[in-house]
Amino acid sequence: MADVSLAALRKTFDRTEAVRGIDLEIEDNELVVLVGPSGCGKSTTLRMIAGLEEVTSGEIRIGGELVNDVPPKNRDIAMVFQNYALYPHMTVAENMSFGLRLRKYPKGEIDRRVTAAADILGIAELLGRRPRQLSGGQRQRVAMGRAIVRNPRVFLFDEPLSNLDAKLRGQMRTEIKRLHQRLRTTTIYVTHDQVEAMTLADRVVVMRDGVIEQIGPPGELYHRPSTRFVAGFIGSPAMNFVGCRLVEENGALTARIDGLAEVPIDGTHGRYNAHVGRSLVAGFRPEHIREWRGAEDGRVRCAVTPDVVEPLGIETMVYFAHDGAELCARVLPDSNPEPGGEFSLSLEARRMHLIDPDTDRVL
Amino acid sequence: MARTGAAAAGASGIFGLPASRRRDRRWALVAAYFALGVFVVFFLFPPYYMLVTSFKTNEEIAALDTNPWIIEKGVTTEHYTGLLTDSAFPTYFLNTIIVTLCVVSITMVVSVLAAYGLSRLRFWGAGVLATGVFLTYLVPDTLLFVPLFKIVGALGLLDTYWALVLVYPTITVPFCTWIMIGYFSSIPRELDEAALIDGANHIQMLLKVFLPVALPGLIAATIFAFTVSWASFIYPLAYIYSDDQMVLTVGTVTTLIKGDVFHWGGLMAGALMAAAPPVIVYAFLMDYYIAGLTSGATKG
Repeated sequence: MADVSLAALRKTFDRTEAVRGIDLEIEDNELVVLVGPSGCGKSTTLRMIAGLEEVTSGEIRIGGELVNDVPPKNRDIAMVFQNYALYPHMTVAENMSFGLRLRKYPKGEIDRRVTAAADILGIAELLGRRPRQLSGGQRQRVAMGRAIVRNPRVFLFDEPLSNLDAKLRGQMRTEIKRLHQRLRTTTIYVTHDQVEAMTLADRVVVMRDGVIEQIGPPGELYHRPSTRFVAGFIGSPAMNFVGCRLVEENGALTARIDGLAEVPIDGTHGRYNAHVGRSLVAGFRPEHIREWRGAEDGRVRCAVTPDVVEPLGIETMVYFAHDGAELCARVLPDSNPEPGGEFSLSLEARRMHLIDPDTDRVL
Repeated sequence: MARTGAAAAGASGIFGLPASRRRDRRWALVAAYFALGVFVVFFLFPPYYMLVTSFKTNEEIAALDTNPWIIEKGVTTEHYTGLLTDSAFPTYFLNTIIVTLCVVSITMVVSVLAAYGLSRLRFWGAGVLATGVFLTYLVPDTLLFVPLFKIVGALGLLDTYWALVLVYPTITVPFCTWIMIGYFSSIPRELDEAALIDGANHIQMLLKVFLPVALPGLIAATIFAFTVSWASFIYPLAYIYSDDQMVLTVGTVTTLIKGDVFHWGGLMAGALMAAAPPVIVYAFLMDYYIAGLTSGATKG
C-alpha cells in the first residue's frame, strides 16, 4: 500500500491538451474517485498513473518513488477495466493467476491467493470456466479478482461498472466499497457517474476540461460546491439555477428572483458585500424545495405552475418552468400537485448558493 | 411433418410464422438446395473424373467405345503403385513437404512479428507501412519471376528447392501479415494493457495472449501459406530442372507427359495424391479459415 502524488501533471495528444496541470495527493488506504463528464481527462489521468500513457510533463509518485518512466509492470499496481479485459482463452483461475505466473510465484502461493480472492468475491465455483461462460457481473468480479491476487500497492478502476445494468451496478458498487473496507488498499476509481462517486469515495475529485474543479469528501462537494459546474454535477436531480439580483434593503441582503421569490440572505459574514446590486445566479437543490405548509423560519414561499409531476412512491418530483429554465422540486408523496394548476413551494433560504456568473464560482 | 401439416391446416399459429412467410421460406430453401446441388456437381465432377480415371487400366482409358464416367473393365491400382515405386514421385512429395514446412514456418514467424509490430507498436508510419505490405502482394507472379530468377541465380540457388523456400515467402508474407494485422487489430487494446500491467513483456504478450486469441487468424494464414507453397506452379517450372530437387506440381506433369504422350492414369493418380494434403487440411480447419478471413475483412 502506498500514497500517490500527482504534481503539475499534463498530457497532450497531438495538439489536444487532455490533462492540463493536475496536482493531487492521495493518501495511503484512501479511495479517491475521479469524476467528470466525457473528455474531462479523468481516464487519461488514471492511465498515466497506470503507466499506459506517457506523461507529457509533471510528476507521478507512488509511495514516494517517481514513476514517470517506470513501466506498468514495475509500478506494483493493478487495474480493472471497463470492458473487463479478461483473457478469453484462459479459465477464470488462469486469468486471475496470470500476473503471478509471469512473476514466477510458487504454485502453492498462487493457488492460495486465487482461492482466497475467489472466496472474497464469491466466484469460487467459477474458477474452471472461461470468460464467455460468465455473465457481465461475474466477469467484472473476475477482473477484480485478477487485481486482488496481485496484492498491489494501488488499485486502479476505470469505469468498471459502466457495462452493467442498473441493478447489478448498484450491487457491484456496494461490493467494491466492502472490498475496499476489507483490504484498505489505496484505490483510484474513475467514473462519470456522480452517484458512484458519492457513494464510494473517501474523497471525490471533480474534473472538467483537463483540470480539477474541486476536491473534497462527498458531503463537502454536496453542501459546499466551489463552482457552478460542481454544484450542477453533484446531486441528482441536478441543482436548479435561476437568475437573481442581490439587493440591500434596510441593511439586510436579499436575493430577488423575479417572478419567483425574494430570498433573505445571512450577510453577517460579509462575503456578499462586494456583490450587492449585481445580477447573480441562485442555485437550489430540488431536495431543498418542498411543499409550502405554512410559514416557517428560514423558508420562503413561491407559487409555481407544475408542468410535469412524477410520483416515485417515496417522493414526488415536480417540474416547473421559470424564466426559460426547467426547475425541479422534491416534495413529499402526500402532496398532490396538479400539472397546470397552482402549487406553492417552500424554499429553504440558507441552502441557497449564490454564483458569480462571470467566474462561475460559488460565492 | 405433423407440425408442418397442423400449422398449414390452420391459420398462422401464435408461435409459428405466418403462412405466406412459411411458403417463402420453403421456396427459398428449395432454391438454395437446388443451386447448391448444381454447384456441388459442377465442382466435384473433375475430382470424380480423376478418381475414376486413376483406377482404370490404360487400355480402358484409351478405348473410345467405353463409358468414360464409370469403370467397366476392372479396377487397377497400377497407376498408384507405379508412381510410388517406379518413379520420382516420392522424391517430389518429400521435397514439397520440406519446401512447404520451411515456407509456412518462415511465413508465420515473419508475418506474426510484422503484424504485431504494425498493429500494436505505435510508431511513425505504421499505417503506411501496413498498406505497403499489402500492395506488394498485388504484384503478379508473372511480373516477379524474371527479376527473382536473377536473384536466385546470383545466390546460387537455381535448380534447388531452396530457391522456392526463398521465393514463396515473397507471396505469402504480405498476405499473411495483412490477415494477422486485421486479426490483431480486432483484439481490444485493453487486453494488452491488462497483460502489460500483469507484468508481461512484448514477447510474452504475443505468445501468451495474442496468438491464442488470434488462433483462427493464425490458422487462416497458415493454410494460405501452405496452399501457396504446395500448389505453386510457375516458380518450380522456372527455377528447378533436376528430378531430385523437383516438387509435386511440376514434377508430376513432366514425368507423366512425355512429348505428346499423356499417361492419363498416372497423371490423375499423381494429381489426386498431390491434392490430398490440402484437402485434408481444409476439411479439418475450414471453420477456422473462414472465421480468420472474415475477421480480418470486417475490421474497419
